[in-house]
Amino acid sequence: MARTIYVIWLREMIKFRREPARMATSLIQPLIWLFVVGKGFGSVFPSPFAHLTYVQFMFPGVVGMTILFTALFSSVSILWDREFGFLKGVLVAPVPSTGIVLGKAASGATLGAIQGTLILALGPTVGMPYRWEALLAALGLMLLLSLAVAAAGIAVAVRITSFQTFQVLMNLIVMPLFFLSGAIFPVRGLPLPLRVLSDVDPLTYGVDAMKGVLLHQHEFPLSVDLGVVFLLTAGLTALATLLFRRSL
Amino acid sequence: MAAISLVGLTKRYGGVEAVRDVSLEVAEGEFFGLLGPNGAGKTTTLSILATLLPPTAGRAFLAGHDVVREQAAVRRSLGMVFQDRSLDDYLTAEENLRFSGMLYGVGSRELSRRSAELLQLLELWEHRHRLVRTFSGGMKRRLEIARGLLHRPQVLFLDEPTLGLDPQTRALIWSYLEKVRRKEGITVLMTTHYMEEAEACDRVAIIDHGRIVALDTPERLKRTMGGDVVVVHTAEPAAARNFLAEQGIAARVEAGQLYCEVPDGEAFIPLLFRQGFPIQAVGIRRPTLEDVFLKLTGHAIREEELEGRDIFRERMRVHRGR
Ligand SMILES: Nc1ncnc2c1ncn2[C@@H]1O[C@H](COP(=O)(O)OP(=O)(O)OP(=O)(O)O)[C@@H](O)[C@H]1O
Ligand SMILES: [Mg+2]
Repeated sequence: MARTIYVIWLREMIKFRREPARMATSLIQPLIWLFVVGKGFGSVFPSPFAHLTYVQFMFPGVVGMTILFTALFSSVSILWDREFGFLKGVLVAPVPSTGIVLGKAASGATLGAIQGTLILALGPTVGMPYRWEALLAALGLMLLLSLAVAAAGIAVAVRITSFQTFQVLMNLIVMPLFFLSGAIFPVRGLPLPLRVLSDVDPLTYGVDAMKGVLLHQHEFPLSVDLGVVFLLTAGLTALATLLFRRSL
Repeated sequence: MAAISLVGLTKRYGGVEAVRDVSLEVAEGEFFGLLGPNGAGKTTTLSILATLLPPTAGRAFLAGHDVVREQAAVRRSLGMVFQDRSLDDYLTAEENLRFSGMLYGVGSRELSRRSAELLQLLELWEHRHRLVRTFSGGMKRRLEIARGLLHRPQVLFLDEPTLGLDPQTRALIWSYLEKVRRKEGITVLMTTHYMEEAEACDRVAIIDHGRIVALDTPERLKRTMGGDVVVVHTAEPAAARNFLAEQGIAARVEAGQLYCEVPDGEAFIPLLFRQGFPIQAVGIRRPTLEDVFLKLTGHAIREEELEGRDIFRERMRVHRGR
């Protein structure tokens, strides 16, 4: 099992390293949010947060967004692998199918954490105060969050046969989830129905935990955030595995 | 112990019976061919044996292991070369082999040695660092064969190994397969709809609509034809057929030509010419498996149509490969 996970993971890593363009393009969107939206709004409006600039407020959310998109789209590879026949070759090998899913999820988690770290490294340019413990905690959190996201992506990807459908579905589900998570603007001022939606949005807890770690400012107790994230990761990974096995 | 054994194997897809009550045994070291037209159930049969599909009924064993209950053992004993593409185009030839080897748990030293050996055997050594994307169809097929052999399986499956390749490349692949067989002494189960390829097998099972209609050595199958095949090109096929019927010889008309089997073709021709109906041309040949197939199923494998479909499929392959 460990061997299978490693081999599947390794293949994704090699392919990722070979496509610097892919690495670059998935960073464009977060950079736009950070430097265009964040800095732009920040310079036009006075910050609504006493001791934080707007860019600082949204920075943890942008890290979360980077993870979200990277991990989610890395799970599309399972769709390609089926489409281009590579998966068949793996399925006739004496490997457990659970290992295949976990390998994919692990690679999504790794890629998410790598990209997240690249954004995190830009923190000082927008005045993020960093301490080493906070960075380490952020890294762990990023791994966990991207694992959950990658698993969710796999669960969707195995039920879908076309890349277009996947893309549409992602935009339809992911963007609202992202905006409701409190990553870009505070949710507290929203009308009640939206606040309720925000409370059931699992991303809220990931973003909140990230804010807690990086800004020491959060809505929910960290134990609640982490509990939700852990449960989500475990549940989604199990679901992805189940759906993948059933799709064979 | 038989390398492969099928007992009453049946597979239904909804209403379609793709494989119907197939039973056969392939001995160790044998080169066994499944010959049949498109949709005959060849790939389905291989997929069941490779544990990729559950059978609807019946049982199948590979190297003595039940394909339903002992999947891991079956997979370890098996090397598979798929009908459709299954390589990673964005990895190099060597990387493709390495990944496969690692999945099979081949140790790293053995893996390097074995990869080198197979890449040389299949004459891909100079190209080992190239991305598979840049390979020709024939090279890809050779690499897939190498990958199938990497973990030293007891049985190798080849699903239409020369499909969609031009005649020269087909001959080349064939010569590599001969080499592999001589060197590895492995049991091979191959599917094909090319008659010439089936003729090279130790034994052939002819399948049509999921059913085995004949199973024997190509020689013996051809001998069931009872002599020579005579092809008569005539403007009056009806008259010719009546004459043959009087002689107790069954004949078929296909595309304006009359086909019949006679014990001694050379002696039969003068007799034919004495009947007085116009004859444009006459041919005599030893029977081929194509004739056997035609006789047993009542329809041709229809090479012409197949060629067309192959080209189409190859296009699809290229298309899907972007
Ligand atoms: N997944 C599937 N769902 C439904 N029917 C299927 C499926 N796969 C194959 N079939 C049907 O089963 C029959 C046998 O198909 P199979 O692919 O085994 O044929 P084949 O002998 O390999 O043909 P070919 O020479 O075209 O590869 C066909 O009628 C095909 O349409
Ligand atoms: Mg087939």
